[in-house]
Amino acid sequence: MRTFRLAPDNMTFGFMRLRRVSYPFSALMSIISVLMFLAWGLNFGIDFAGGTLLEVRAKSGNADLTQLRGLGDRFALGEVEVQAFGGNADATVRIRLQPGGDAAQQAAVERVREAITADYEFRRIEVVGPRVSGELVQSGTLGVVLSIVSVLIYLWFRYEWQLAVAAVIATMHDLLLTVGFFAVTRLEFNITSIAAILTIVGLSLNETVVVLDRIREMMKKYKKLPIPQMIDLSINAVLSRTIMTSTTTLLALIALVLFGGHVIQSFSLAMMFGVIVATYSSIFICSPILIYLGVRDTTDKG
Amino acid sequence: MLRFARWKVTSILAMSLVSIFLIVPSLLPADLRSAMQKALPKWVPTQAIVLGLDLQGGAHLLLEVDSGDVLRSQVNNLRDDVRRILREENARLTGGIGIQGRTVQFRVPEQADRNRALPKLRALSNPTGSALGVVSAPPYEINELADGLVQIVVTDAGVNERVRRAVDQTIEVLRRRVDALGTTEPNIQRQGADRVLVQVPGLQDTNRLKEILGTTAKLEFRMVADAGANPGDVDQLDQTDQPGKIPVEKRVMVEGEDLTDAQPGFDQRSGEPVVNFRFNIRGGQRFGEATSANVGRPFAIVLDNKVISAPRILSPITGGSGQISGRFTVEQANNLSILLRAGALPAKLSIVEERTVGPGLGQDSIEAGKRAAYVAGFLVFCYMLITYGVFGIFADLALAIHIVMIFAGLVLLQATLTLPGIAGIVLTIGMAVDSNVLIYERIREEARAGRSVVSALDAGFNRAFATIIDSQSTMFVAAVILYFLGSGPVRGFAVSLGLGILTTVVTAVTMTRMMIALWYRFGRPQKLPI
Repeated sequence: MRTFRLAPDNMTFGFMRLRRVSYPFSALMSIISVLMFLAWGLNFGIDFAGGTLLEVRAKSGNADLTQLRGLGDRFALGEVEVQAFGGNADATVRIRLQPGGDAAQQAAVERVREAITADYEFRRIEVVGPRVSGELVQSGTLGVVLSIVSVLIYLWFRYEWQLAVAAVIATMHDLLLTVGFFAVTRLEFNITSIAAILTIVGLSLNETVVVLDRIREMMKKYKKLPIPQMIDLSINAVLSRTIMTSTTTLLALIALVLFGGHVIQSFSLAMMFGVIVATYSSIFICSPILIYLGVRDTTDKG
Repeated sequence: MLRFARWKVTSILAMSLVSIFLIVPSLLPADLRSAMQKALPKWVPTQAIVLGLDLQGGAHLLLEVDSGDVLRSQVNNLRDDVRRILREENARLTGGIGIQGRTVQFRVPEQADRNRALPKLRALSNPTGSALGVVSAPPYEINELADGLVQIVVTDAGVNERVRRAVDQTIEVLRRRVDALGTTEPNIQRQGADRVLVQVPGLQDTNRLKEILGTTAKLEFRMVADAGANPGDVDQLDQTDQPGKIPVEKRVMVEGEDLTDAQPGFDQRSGEPVVNFRFNIRGGQRFGEATSANVGRPFAIVLDNKVISAPRILSPITGGSGQISGRFTVEQANNLSILLRAGALPAKLSIVEERTVGPGLGQDSIEAGKRAAYVAGFLVFCYMLITYGVFGIFADLALAIHIVMIFAGLVLLQATLTLPGIAGIVLTIGMAVDSNVLIYERIREEARAGRSVVSALDAGFNRAFATIIDSQSTMFVAAVILYFLGSGPVRGFAVSLGLGILTTVVTAVTMTRMMIALWYRFGRPQKLPI
């Protein structure tokens, strides 16, 4: 049986030459990400912004989006975001955080409920008060910071400093672009998005480690080879694995995006983006850094 | 490569079999499962996977005890104690006993009076719980100022202790209330210093739950004030069923804590829903005395500072039981009797977070998760097959066992499966084959370098192993952090991701290796099929 190959055997593609394209490209994407994040911010969901999310399904016919939007003016609740999804009978209604604390949130939900309970079935109600959302922001930030710190510690013990720096830069690159992805796409940023980001950090590191391990091995094997060639050799050696694994992970994520339902769609989309970025950065961002840092010097002495 | 210790083979096979055995109960319908639980001996595992609220539907409410309210009642109690002590000691006061924030202050001009009263006041400040050997800071601080002014300040320790006790009491009352609703397996637990988490799976009417949980249910029987009463002794209270206020005496005849039972019923004459109640001995006596003394006057039934009804006392009520009517609906009468039976909350509660998922959406999410898992499994299965041929089948078999083991782990740990948890499992379907890919690619490479079949297999497994451990441990660290920081659904994701990483090392590395060793031993191929 003839098996299928993603990358030809004994491929010798000069990845390192491409750094003249990939570095400006990544720099540009990073700048766009930062600018978008600063200009537009993230589309915080109720977990972090507080407020109310109702998921309703019309008992008969289609959901009347104008009527649902009108609830905001009718009860003086401020802006009410209404989004239809799936079939035309389904919609989500998002009410902003009401001034007046937790009791005001509940009162607002109660009024809206009473107004539309005859026509709609309530499939999901989420109310997050101002203090709880503040705490969730704190623990979410702590999570991201902690994961970065533990990544740093891990790399510190695991690699020579040049490799560690390269891995850190690649991971930061992925993190930055993922945040940019959330800012540009306006995908809702919730607790599950934090989970997605932490998983992306893990995935990004996973990709990087595989490439770096091979570079380390090659470093010992081919001491005479110039660094760019040595790195190219390593990347070509792991290339089919990198593509293979990214593809299987992407296949699973595509299944999640298409069939996993709307509740976790933004999670799945972010993860998809993360897998692509992590694969790209392990080849085009992480490895070329070693050329600049002169990875050869220390190993020769050691 | 070819030699495989017998114990290794046996233990891996045993692990797989046990895993399959563990998930069988989850696949059975619920009634069959409970029948099994009764019929089989205890050591046979019959637990099903625990589904999160987002999958089975239900309500998740985070309630916060109003610590301001706790403090207010604590300061009021303190003032009452001070008044009692001063009266017992015949200490002369100038002016009244004032309350300011968390301070009670009063002026006793005579030194002799102070000398008698102060030791008793100090005794109030003995920390509670010291009998158990717990040394806690005193709840009050007593300051003597100039001109006989005495200030008693509630300390932080005092407030915290009282809030802690209020939360304990709240949990107990809430448990009685939720149990009265007849729901299955509610989860009620303390969260942080002043919060209570209530999770009720599979509940349809969360509105009723919120009403029942959020009501303080402080019931009081008080006299309606006469026109000539001193305004200082009268509260103007709202009514539940009509606008306008009713003047009610501040003095409370009997309180809700003196009730022993409350049941919904119907009035014999009018047929409207009512709540029938019975007093304990003390309450019955007090109520009897009060009604005997006030025949012909109206009294007020006050719930949480609102007058439910104000009937006229036609004759003394000495039987120790009575009836509350207030133009209730049947449900209102039901709710009120539940609340009265369970007792009042020690302080106001507010809902700071609510997450409710209807059973319909939960079921849809399960279906969606299943569909995504099947599609992902199918795609990865085919992809591995066309890329690695026979070795792909080995990897696919290992993948199937891997998924079974994740579910078995969930059952064993009794961890909760949530929708993000399903997403985590689907994700590991994609990632689990990574270890196989690492190994197979390495084998291909070694074979290209001119090694024999056996030696390429051997080198592939050995050299890929370090990388596998490396790359999986980075993911595992991410999962551990997520577990400790996340709550509910996110924690479910962390659990299935973490379990997936652990099992992948067993299945993708050891199990595939075993299969390939067997395959080699039987076929003795001269060429690698990949």
